[in-house]
Amino acid sequence: MLKSKPILTIRDLTVEFDTEDGVVHAVTDVSYDLHPGEVLGVVGESGSGKSVSMLSMLGLIRVPPGRIVNGEAIFKSEDLLKLSPDRLREIRGGSIAMIFQDPMTALNPVLTIGDQISEAIKAHNPGTNGNAARKRTIELLEIVGVPAAERRVDQFPHEFSGGMRQRAMIAMAIANDPSVLVADEPTTALDVTIQAQIVEVLKTAQRETQAAIVLITHDLGLIAELADRVVVMYAGRVVELGDVFSIFNSPRHPYTVGLLNSLARLDTDKEWLEPIPGQPPSLITPPPGCAFHPRCAQSQGRTICRTDVPELRAFGESGDHQSACHFAEELESARVRVGAVS
Amino acid sequence: MVSEELDEKGLRPAGAQSAAGPAAPEDPAGVGPADLSLAYESGVEVKARSQWAYARMRFFRHRLAVASLVVLILIALVGVFAPQLAPYGYDELDLDNTTRSPTLEDWHLFGTDQLGRDYLSRVIFGIRTSLWVAVFVALVSTALGTAVGALAGYYGGRVDNLLMRFTDLILTLPGLAVLLTASVFFGSGDPLKIGLILAFLFWTAVARIVRGLFLSLREKEFVEAAKAAGASDLRIIVRHMLPNCIGPIIVNTTLVVAGAILVEAALSFLGFGIQPPNAALGKLISDGQGEGFELWWLVTFPGLVIVVIALCINFVGDGLRDALDPTQRRVRA
Repeated sequence: MLKSKPILTIRDLTVEFDTEDGVVHAVTDVSYDLHPGEVLGVVGESGSGKSVSMLSMLGLIRVPPGRIVNGEAIFKSEDLLKLSPDRLREIRGGSIAMIFQDPMTALNPVLTIGDQISEAIKAHNPGTNGNAARKRTIELLEIVGVPAAERRVDQFPHEFSGGMRQRAMIAMAIANDPSVLVADEPTTALDVTIQAQIVEVLKTAQRETQAAIVLITHDLGLIAELADRVVVMYAGRVVELGDVFSIFNSPRHPYTVGLLNSLARLDTDKEWLEPIPGQPPSLITPPPGCAFHPRCAQSQGRTICRTDVPELRAFGESGDHQSACHFAEELESARVRVGAVS
Repeated sequence: MVSEELDEKGLRPAGAQSAAGPAAPEDPAGVGPADLSLAYESGVEVKARSQWAYARMRFFRHRLAVASLVVLILIALVGVFAPQLAPYGYDELDLDNTTRSPTLEDWHLFGTDQLGRDYLSRVIFGIRTSLWVAVFVALVSTALGTAVGALAGYYGGRVDNLLMRFTDLILTLPGLAVLLTASVFFGSGDPLKIGLILAFLFWTAVARIVRGLFLSLREKEFVEAAKAAGASDLRIIVRHMLPNCIGPIIVNTTLVVAGAILVEAALSFLGFGIQPPNAALGKLISDGQGEGFELWWLVTFPGLVIVVIALCINFVGDGLRDALDPTQRRVRA
């Protein structure tokens, strides 16, 4: 799977926002590939640039204050960043669809669920008649497991529970058989039992559409559950990427190690969770060198961490596992501390 | 967000995702919007209700508004069927019967004027003209104002600046002076022209309201979601944002109707509105005012009708505001 031609290739994407306090470097030199049919988890704290990298690619950030400074995003041999607004609109909701974080606010309160889903269908298939769109809508609702779809299609968002709404959002996203599905924290706004259901729905949705999923989240549990590969972001940069087993079993970046250590797990015997000390850095004046160095256990005040921005370097035999840490080799031993995931 | 009865059947474990599951118990035979109250009382599962159904329910609880609506509808019907209802033509002279005070004889319920025209008939035709102008003004100004406000609010920035400064310009114009000048310039007397001139002055309020709503709506996530689903700007404006503003727009429209009736009356009163022999309510008052208390009915009846119409429209507008915007509802006993 990994050797297939990527469906989406992001290279050196840099996005900035002008604010009154200065320029926010939201995304800096981000590069990664998305392969057909895989689930790529994008992990990081709030403000680490996970969402912005995706939104900017789809032309969904407001310009100004936002600004795409550099980079390219090749999707099926077109550079999304250079497309005309009209062409980009065809792609949005068509071959690249999005699932939003909060189904409570992402649905229009005055339109029925059915209206909103058929809306998505009609926007990309002009001339679809109402009946066909409605039939397809009901079919979609059944796929995502909305019971009594035939009846509920005419209900309003306020008559849906949170989980049901998220199902409807997913139905809307897969309406046009996308090849890429961007799920921006799809479970964050839901309670835990519903989260598990939505994970199942996402799996179903992927089976149905064979789409590659970009799963943006800060929930490592969700990543472990769904993702094939993982991109870890910190302060707007990719700090580590690799397949999910390498990331969980032998993390090569101290930030990833920190994330894993701060995770509550049932399979280890830890008394206390270990938080990552300190605060996320300011994106207006990021720390010089490696942005993580002020919080890093590995750095130990070494100069290079404060002066040089580390490049992504490959590890392991396949070269698929990459880390941006000057001392990634030293983390070999960290494996013991983190504990292996089977 | 209004919390409503959630359909418990909706919460089903993910396992049962395939086939829609046994369709949840059908709503007890045809519980449509008509028998809502019944469904409430018996505690039966409540059927899906649109915001309109809720708005209707709330509106009908507002007694003054409902009564006003009934009166308005009656008055409007009188206007619409004026040719059938009026006992005489509006310009039918009867020089043997001038300035008669109200009497049952010959159906001169409102008396006759100086030329012996039946005043009841003239008031009825006056209602027809005045209401027509008012509704026309309301529709045109709402359409114009909504378009301007929506564009300004949706696109923001330079578009917003341009459109809103233009709106401010219109607002600063001294209304009456413009009206008088315009009606002299374009020629007065034609209800259509009067309507257009009035509409040109009345659209600013709704433009500001819609712009304000759009500014806040465009930050909503469902607008972003619609964008992410590939909806065009026009589609987002028309399908996603306008329906969210419909309440304030409707309320404002009713107020414009009331305002337009009053301004049209004032205009006609000053002699720049509807021209004789056409009857408009304001014109009737102006014709009668020279006669003082001697011929009191000439001023009283059209004046009363104007007051009743304007009051009723305001009450209906009030009721609609409460019905369409439950978050701002005053507590009512």
